[in-house]
Amino acid sequence: MSAPLTSLDRPNSYIGRSVPRPNAKRLLAGRGRYVSDLRLPRMLYAAFLRSPHAHANIISIDAGRASALEGVHLVATGVDLAKICSPWTGTLDHFKGMISAPQLPLPLDRVVWAGQAVVAVVAESRAIAEDALELIEIDYEDLPIVADIDSAREGGGPLINPGSANNVCFRSQLDNGSVDDAFAHAAHVVEEELSFGRHTAVTLEPRAIVSDYDPSAEMLTVHHATQTPYQFQDLYSRHFGIPEARVRVIATDIGGSFGMKLHVYHEDMAVVGLSILLGRPVKYVTDRIESFVSDIHARDHRVRARMALDAKGEILAMDVLDLTAIGAFSTYPRTSVVEGNQVIRLIGAPYRFKNYRARLEVLFQNKVQTSQYRAVGHPIACAVTERLVDMAAAKLGLDPFAIRAQNLIADDAYPQTSPTGYRFEALSHQACLKRLHEMMDYDGLRAEQAELRKGGIYRGIGIAAFVEITNPSPAFYGVGGARISSQDGAIISLTPSGEVRCLISVTEQGQGTEAIISQIVADQLGLAQEHVKVITGDTEVTPHGGATWACRGAGIGGETALQATRALRRNILEIAALILQEQPSALDIIDGEVVDAGTRNQRMPISEIARIAYFRSDTLPPGTQAQLTVSHHFAPQGYPFAFTNGIQGCSLEVDVETGLIKMLKHFIVEDCGRVINPMLVDEQLRGGIVQGLGAALFEECRYSETGQLVNGSLADYLVPMPMEMPDIVIAHIETPTADTDLGAKGCGEAGTAAASACVLNAVNDALAPFDATINSIPITPARVLKALKRF
Amino acid sequence: MSGFDESLLDDADETERVRFVVNGRKVACEVAPRETLLDCLRNALELTGTHAGCEMGACGACLVQLDGQAVHACLMFAVQADGATIDTIEGLTESGVIADLQAEFHRRNALQCGFCTPGMLVNAHELLSQVTRPSRRDIRDALSGNYCRCTGYEAIVDAIDAVAKARSERGGVT
Ligand code: FES
Ligand code: FES
Repeated sequence: MSAPLTSLDRPNSYIGRSVPRPNAKRLLAGRGRYVSDLRLPRMLYAAFLRSPHAHANIISIDAGRASALEGVHLVATGVDLAKICSPWTGTLDHFKGMISAPQLPLPLDRVVWAGQAVVAVVAESRAIAEDALELIEIDYEDLPIVADIDSAREGGGPLINPGSANNVCFRSQLDNGSVDDAFAHAAHVVEEELSFGRHTAVTLEPRAIVSDYDPSAEMLTVHHATQTPYQFQDLYSRHFGIPEARVRVIATDIGGSFGMKLHVYHEDMAVVGLSILLGRPVKYVTDRIESFVSDIHARDHRVRARMALDAKGEILAMDVLDLTAIGAFSTYPRTSVVEGNQVIRLIGAPYRFKNYRARLEVLFQNKVQTSQYRAVGHPIACAVTERLVDMAAAKLGLDPFAIRAQNLIADDAYPQTSPTGYRFEALSHQACLKRLHEMMDYDGLRAEQAELRKGGIYRGIGIAAFVEITNPSPAFYGVGGARISSQDGAIISLTPSGEVRCLISVTEQGQGTEAIISQIVADQLGLAQEHVKVITGDTEVTPHGGATWACRGAGIGGETALQATRALRRNILEIAALILQEQPSALDIIDGEVVDAGTRNQRMPISEIARIAYFRSDTLPPGTQAQLTVSHHFAPQGYPFAFTNGIQGCSLEVDVETGLIKMLKHFIVEDCGRVINPMLVDEQLRGGIVQGLGAALFEECRYSETGQLVNGSLADYLVPMPMEMPDIVIAHIETPTADTDLGAKGCGEAGTAAASACVLNAVNDALAPFDATINSIPITPARVLKALKRF
Repeated sequence: MSGFDESLLDDADETERVRFVVNGRKVACEVAPRETLLDCLRNALELTGTHAGCEMGACGACLVQLDGQAVHACLMFAVQADGATIDTIEGLTESGVIADLQAEFHRRNALQCGFCTPGMLVNAHELLSQVTRPSRRDIRDALSGNYCRCTGYEAIVDAIDAVAKARSERGGVT
């Protein structure tokens, strides 16, 4: 007996299939083409002298000896670069009242964080450039620094933006419902203050750029390890005054990005400027220490939140204050307030309640900028919400699963609008909760926990439901005046040999963009996947688009490819119909052959159609112009975001003598709509979870009181290694979005979104017998011992 | 001009001639004393498959085989490798000794951006040449000097596990 046929049984059905990534073979052979590998003829190398002070006036710079060093071609200061680069300011119009200081590639007279690049040297090798840095003398005059959230809030302290009244970048408030009333009448109130350390992306390949300005062609070519080449094409064009069509940004293989490689960095702007000044290619790759002090950091929030419940355990209201410190200025062009904005809007998102009030205060301090990093705001919103839900459960004597079953929005209650204004099309919290319960063998874990506790072994079980923002529409940045595209484009051609080339604006950083696009194209056209070549990451070749950020590759890029392919298919069948004297609707394509739609009898290979159209158009009926290249753009409409959801669970053990936490197992039930390639989704989820577990347990950018980053190396800043990471069990529920034909939503941030919350709940569960609680992330051994009053 | 030690730059200028067998070929390079083996492989020899992630021995992206053993190319000066036999990801690929590992990594998508991957493969190759049937725990332990920031490590562990199984079923180590 054979199993019933599914859509995957049709030949060339690739959507939903775990096929390997074609481009991975190249990377496995060591043939990746990362920007850090690139060497161009006449290329020079840049290095930067960085400020040792967190806040200081620059009194004088003496670069005479550096310039005189053999092999040095240029020493440039802020003044030199300011002549050719216009300043940028990281604010968005719809964040009313937001301020941030204008930025230039290098500062003119003041440094605002320790590690800020001050002087650039370009030389024949990186080593010579670094030798020259040692010959530069800078006189600084120290200024008082703003080191943390509290000192940033204090009135009368040092100001980071001279001329402003305080160190507030942005304030915002949401108030929906009768919060005070709900708290006044609540049977139970739980309240907590949670703090979240600064983390950073630690992409394995540091930031890398090769800028090549050719004065004879007045053409700028930038090989840039970025996620968003079109955004940088626009920025380089506008800030250096070069027509957009003469700026080309090429982003080939990228060694990890996670949101970190889409912001404007001072050094990158400087390198572009240096290549313009010299008329030669200039390369700059940050070393690891530079990455730690100059890549964006993220998180750094302190959230006070309370939740009101009725006697039965229904959530009635939440009241939140989020304080977040973003560094000395806001990033460009996306700004540094997006994270806080998402925190206050995602808090409580999985739950059914009406009364919500939140205040957000975004503050400057003398540290490197923070900005969007994988799962922007999600881990904080999720940890705050899920911790309070667990505290409420404990107070009411309810099981964590029971209180969630009672309060999570019902799966049949959509569409829904959250108290913070997000519109949810369709989510599956209840189904995910049920599935997690079975998958974890929750009752078994609880029994084991109780048994082991008798012997002095303290295990904890934590769960955390989440909502993830994906497929952002123009409502995200477009309304704020940022030139960040929410549409994507594809150009798809049938080649003369009957194969397909697809140029697409979504980019590849290893998550498998090229693979899923070729799956979609092959599936929709009726070809074998190996006959589809996908090209990404070159603004001169691929059409303009938003590229890859905020989980839009599959949902938006995939839909673009799908629609483009359908248009090409129509065109191919029209030509085939002319040749075969048939109706196009009577034809289909299977395995590269035009067939009769009903009988699947082969009529003609599409390579033959291509041959005739390209080389023997004289044999086509008069007036026929074969359109075998189709260009198509797609922008999301309908819901402003395609929200996804899911739930994570974990089991861990706390060693109450050492404070060490051992992850035993992690679980996730995730709903990202239509899954295009389950194998890619699964490892993407695992990667996201591991990044989230790193944040939960190890990762923290630590600063001294003088504003120095004290753990800026991979020996001191701990990222998760294989030994500490658990096996991760995954299940999927598919609720496709009806806004697109493909139905796909994003999955890249789901793992990171709830991992900290899960671990936080599990550690608190493990510590329950000691009446000890943890309220900060990362949960380091020292913090555990402190909570246990053993340190 | 005072206080500047001119010899610093003279030292930097000086080069040494070193000779190795790299990926089966004899090569000679002029290297500065301060250049690491990693610099020499990537720059002078244009073998860019060996990656630099931390340049301090923490991340494992730069692992190569030196006289048959996995070493961090970032922790060794090129002059120290004079006379050594070095195999990089490019050579290991060409010779086919890790073809089964590469195929299994590919089949299971045990990589994303691929930046950690050459180092992972060199380390996995080393592990499997020493231990025929490592447990999953052994594999995780052996990989603990190889950071991967993209994957969840699990597919990597699965791939190495599967190759170990397949190799031992075929009757032992390669
Ligand atoms: S570059 Fe050698 S271990 Fe990281
Ligand atoms: S695949 Fe990107 S670091 Fe491992």
